[in-house]
Amino acid sequence: MNKKIGKQSMLFPSGAYLRGRGTVVGKKEGEGPLADCFDLILQDDMYGEKSWEKAESKMLKEAMMRAVQRAGLSKEDIDVMLSGDLLNQLMSSSFMARDLHIPFLGLYGACSTMTESLVLGCMLIDGGFAQNILAGASSHFCTAERQFRMPVEHGNQRPPSAQWTATAAGSVVVGCRPSPGIPAIRATAATIGKVIDPGISDANQMGAAMAPAAVDTLLNHLEDTGRAIDYYDLVVTGDLGFIGKDIMTDLLIDAGLPAARVLERYDDCGTMLFSKEQDVHGGGSGCGQSTGGRADVGSGCGCSAAVFAGSLMRKLETGKMKRLLLISTGAMLSTISPFQGESIPGIAHAVALEVE
Amino acid sequence: MADSKEKQEKKQKKEISKAYEKYASQFTPKPDYFGNGLKAFLIGGLICTAAFWFQNRLTAGGLSEKDAGTFVTISLVALAQLLTGLGLFDSIAKFAGAGVIVPITGFANSMVAPAIEYKKEGPVLGVGAKLFSVAGPVLVCGISSAVLVGLIYWFLGK
Repeated sequence: MNKKIGKQSMLFPSGAYLRGRGTVVGKKEGEGPLADCFDLILQDDMYGEKSWEKAESKMLKEAMMRAVQRAGLSKEDIDVMLSGDLLNQLMSSSFMARDLHIPFLGLYGACSTMTESLVLGCMLIDGGFAQNILAGASSHFCTAERQFRMPVEHGNQRPPSAQWTATAAGSVVVGCRPSPGIPAIRATAATIGKVIDPGISDANQMGAAMAPAAVDTLLNHLEDTGRAIDYYDLVVTGDLGFIGKDIMTDLLIDAGLPAARVLERYDDCGTMLFSKEQDVHGGGSGCGQSTGGRADVGSGCGCSAAVFAGSLMRKLETGKMKRLLLISTGAMLSTISPFQGESIPGIAHAVALEVE
Repeated sequence: MADSKEKQEKKQKKEISKAYEKYASQFTPKPDYFGNGLKAFLIGGLICTAAFWFQNRLTAGGLSEKDAGTFVTISLVALAQLLTGLGLFDSIAKFAGAGVIVPITGFANSMVAPAIEYKKEGPVLGVGAKLFSVAGPVLVCGISSAVLVGLIYWFLGK
């Protein structure tokens, strides 16, 4: 049976069901508008560990275990775990996997990792290669900041387009059967995105750098599946932020999608995680929570992971939403590529989730 | 032939990215240059005025002007280091911008911030290796250009 449709999409006819979800977020994320959606909100972003990296790893582990628990399963029921983060050599994910003893595949898709792991996980389930899988991703403001930018306590002013790497981890269990007791949420289709580089070289313009990739993935998804945008109750991108969201909206309307539908059904996780006031009140905790710039736009692997596993999946479970298209977006820059004069390539993968 | 085609493609790519950048900039809010400049002027000026007041007090107390200047510099550095350690400097810098980053306070911060950050990787390969990660490039370029200007000055003087 051919499961590939169109140019770059696929269907999951045998059934891949979302069975459980887990989220752990940092203090600042826990003060945002989605606070009551998360399983665990840390009071200290160090999470009782000796380094930020260890804290991120522990967050991811906790999110994974909570997802397994919520699915009514135990660790032994999980056949494969797929996850990734932003750190060099996937430190958070690999070290989390060291403790859990579950067969592990580490993935790097920058901030698109949540859908990358979800797409591959659904393929494993639908192909019959696994009964239950764990898919997740994490990011931590302080680990990302020190790797990609400046030491946390370094004083500077960021431009208004700068985004805030979310301290968050999210994970879901996907299985070949739905969990009893919760509505069956099924992954029905997915589209693997292409790397698209519109030539933006300013690392503070991530939204603009990723928007064309998200547009391309969405348009290809709609064409491949023959669906219109209003097939979905919500189409949500990962972390384009306000600027990227505006660009995406403009490009979609330009591509001929009905403007009213786009405005009504499209949103971005990065714009949901924080409230505008948080920029002002981002008082300093141990993690340099007050480092400059506009801090009300989330980014990072953990952003779409936690918003999806925390808020969006809950909306599916409670029936507030029937069909969701999640498009996590990633900026595939490295720590050295900007210095070598390279622009920022973007990527986006889409997964369609529907309540049966 | 193939070479020129490649060049043409590269040129075209550059043009497209330039056009996109221009398109994206319509959606991007501009930093408030005037407001930031004003805040930097006020806070930076305030720090300098306070430093001068302190220096005058020291010279009035009998210290030579040179010694007083050194003492003031040390005090500013120490204060910025302390504020960085307490996690307050970045909040101040977010508000005051160049007003605290350009004076010697910014230099002090750029040394202490990596020192705190890389403490976890140990005193030698952590702090030792990364201490100058922010200030280093500034020092290298600053000293190099000072040497260059010095040479020009020396030749002109002859």
